Amino acid sequence: MDSALIPEGAKRCPLPKFSIGIAIVSAVLLWGVYAMFLCWFKGLNQTNMNDYYGFALWIWADLAVIAVGGGAFFTGLLKYIFKIDELKNIINFAVIIGFICYSSALLILAIDIGQPLRGWFIFWHANVHSMLTEVAFCLSAYFAVLTIEFIPNILENRQANKVPFFHHLAHNMHGVMAIFAATGAFLSFFHQGSLGGVAGVMYGRPFAVREGLLVWPWTFFLFTWSAAAYGPCFTLLVTKTTEAITGKKLVKDNVIHLLAKISGWMIVTYIIAKIIDTAYWAMVTAPSLGFNLSHFYTDNSFYGYWMLITEIVICGVVPGAILITKSTRENPKLRLVAIILGTIGVCLNRWVMVLQIMAVPVMSFDTWALYIPSWQEIATTVLPVAYGVILIAFAYRYLPVFPQEQELNQVKPVTE
Amino acid sequence: MVQENHNSAYKFGMVIDLDKCTGCGSCMVSCMAENNVPFKEDETNKKDSITWMRVYKLTNDKPFPDTEVVYMPRPCQQCGGKGDHGHSPCVSVCPAVATDYGYDTGIVSQIYTRCFGCRYCMGACPYHARYFNWWDPKWPEGMEKYLSPNVSPRMRGVVEKCSFCYHRYQAARDKAYAHGNKDHIKEEDYQTACTTACPAGAIVFGDLNNPAHEVHQIVKPDPHPDPRNKHVAGKSRNPKIFRLLERLGTNPKVYYLSEREWVRKQGDNYLEGEWEKIKNHHGKASHG
Repeated sequence: MDSALIPEGAKRCPLPKFSIGIAIVSAVLLWGVYAMFLCWFKGLNQTNMNDYYGFALWIWADLAVIAVGGGAFFTGLLKYIFKIDELKNIINFAVIIGFICYSSALLILAIDIGQPLRGWFIFWHANVHSMLTEVAFCLSAYFAVLTIEFIPNILENRQANKVPFFHHLAHNMHGVMAIFAATGAFLSFFHQGSLGGVAGVMYGRPFAVREGLLVWPWTFFLFTWSAAAYGPCFTLLVTKTTEAITGKKLVKDNVIHLLAKISGWMIVTYIIAKIIDTAYWAMVTAPSLGFNLSHFYTDNSFYGYWMLITEIVICGVVPGAILITKSTRENPKLRLVAIILGTIGVCLNRWVMVLQIMAVPVMSFDTWALYIPSWQEIATTVLPVAYGVILIAFAYRYLPVFPQEQELNQVKPVTE
Repeated sequence: MVQENHNSAYKFGMVIDLDKCTGCGSCMVSCMAENNVPFKEDETNKKDSITWMRVYKLTNDKPFPDTEVVYMPRPCQQCGGKGDHGHSPCVSVCPAVATDYGYDTGIVSQIYTRCFGCRYCMGACPYHARYFNWWDPKWPEGMEKYLSPNVSPRMRGVVEKCSFCYHRYQAARDKAYAHGNKDHIKEEDYQTACTTACPAGAIVFGDLNNPAHEVHQIVKPDPHPDPRNKHVAGKSRNPKIFRLLERLGTNPKVYYLSEREWVRKQGDNYLEGEWEKIKNHHGKASHG
């Protein structure tokens, strides 16, 4: 029925089957949209946030999607600036994932603020000292860059491409994409960093505060680094998931291995820096403010040392080691374990740098504050996931996202 | 306008004598009435109730008969930030300049119509002195007639906090201007609601920069940075006086006074054995 829209030569499931899948995910999406409108019309009393947890699940989701969406800028940087040509076979998908992540982040922010209609104040009344201001500017600008990067792929749709203007536009946009990739990398460096800076500059919060370079706390650099390191893990994970759902090989192994290897070395270097940062903070920064490391990990029912070990060792050292070693990297199962652990690791890091900061008591007579999100918060956090699934489904069905798909899925002639 | 420690401007602050405080809560009530602070029918959840002035109950954790209790009123600490340069933890992070530092008064403002409710300031404040309006304010029927016309009520979705009754400062400034002495606000003309309401006289408020003011005489703020911590300024030279979380370098303008060592120790966090060394430096003038 929709075969005229499907890329030439590509096999897709029948439209009814596709529609049923979309309908199921749309139901989840609508649940999230309902919760979103509840928050907008009734206010943030719909959440379980409170005056201890001004930042909670949504800010974590924001930081997490931006971190895992880092695969877009980093892959773009490698492809267009460092001229690693093999990555052209995964760059479209990395851009789509980035587009989903960043649009989701902006949507979550729009729900998360108490006065959504005043959201533009962050641009109009900008405080240049605030990390959040830098986040807002760079995030919006980078989302515009991602949109520009996504457009040529949309224009390559079989029908759109028949229009000469769209065909030439897509072609010419590809030609100048290096400029946008460089712009994207520049903007990403700052907004990923600023998101890290959000925590690092909070000198009233000993769990968060870090020393640093000039106005940038070390978390600024760690966040950028970790997004570049773990972002490709998420790109690979979503690629693997898409391959599993479609039942097709979409990207050649050499491309996967290359991105996995780069990600592995980035993770290893990041985790060394992270360990140094954590050790310095635990042994110098926090004690200088009167806190032992144990203060941050004991006397409560949730935040223990397990969190630190899981983040740094299990979801940092382990995936890094797997991905830099050729034999384990090229083992599909171990590689899958590594990219799952890596994705969890960066999300866990963002959780720690948002929620644990709020949980830790600072005044000597204060107590730990734990928090469980409301269903409205969960629904609005699931909303971008459903939206992402739908967008990927449509993009895969109607756009030539994977250049190697046809080559990898040629129907073999029956031979006698 | 003087930005370097604003020594020639006003620097309003208070000292609260914890040995006098009975925990009666008058300061909280007067603050709520004075500043049109909204409340809910059920205020049992203290984590989403708005109390610009909150009274904490502290104990020495000793069994009877050695148990001692102290009540600690906690308004916004009106932090001067690291080095007392005006970059308070909350002011420096607000993305829309909805909270700002008054170099002429030392008071941290909150512009309700500017705030868009991102709550970053709440995360940055270690004192939990900032509150979010999770609901629209609802006053019991007829009570809206008793609201103060000098303080604007806040709408849902914005952050609010203690302002050291800034409208009283404005009134005192107007009065001083009318009397032809605009640069000299009399001590008795500007007092916060909590100060005037405290039946025990535990709160003393005034200009920390003015040696004639009682608050200055009690606190004896050190004009020099603390040689042990370059971020700390205005440390009290009174050995019985401390500030909350002074080591973080937030430089609050709210000081606490107690004769009891265990109370003073609760003002900050100390590593094992550290208090014994640090307490001897409490109140010592760092520069002669």
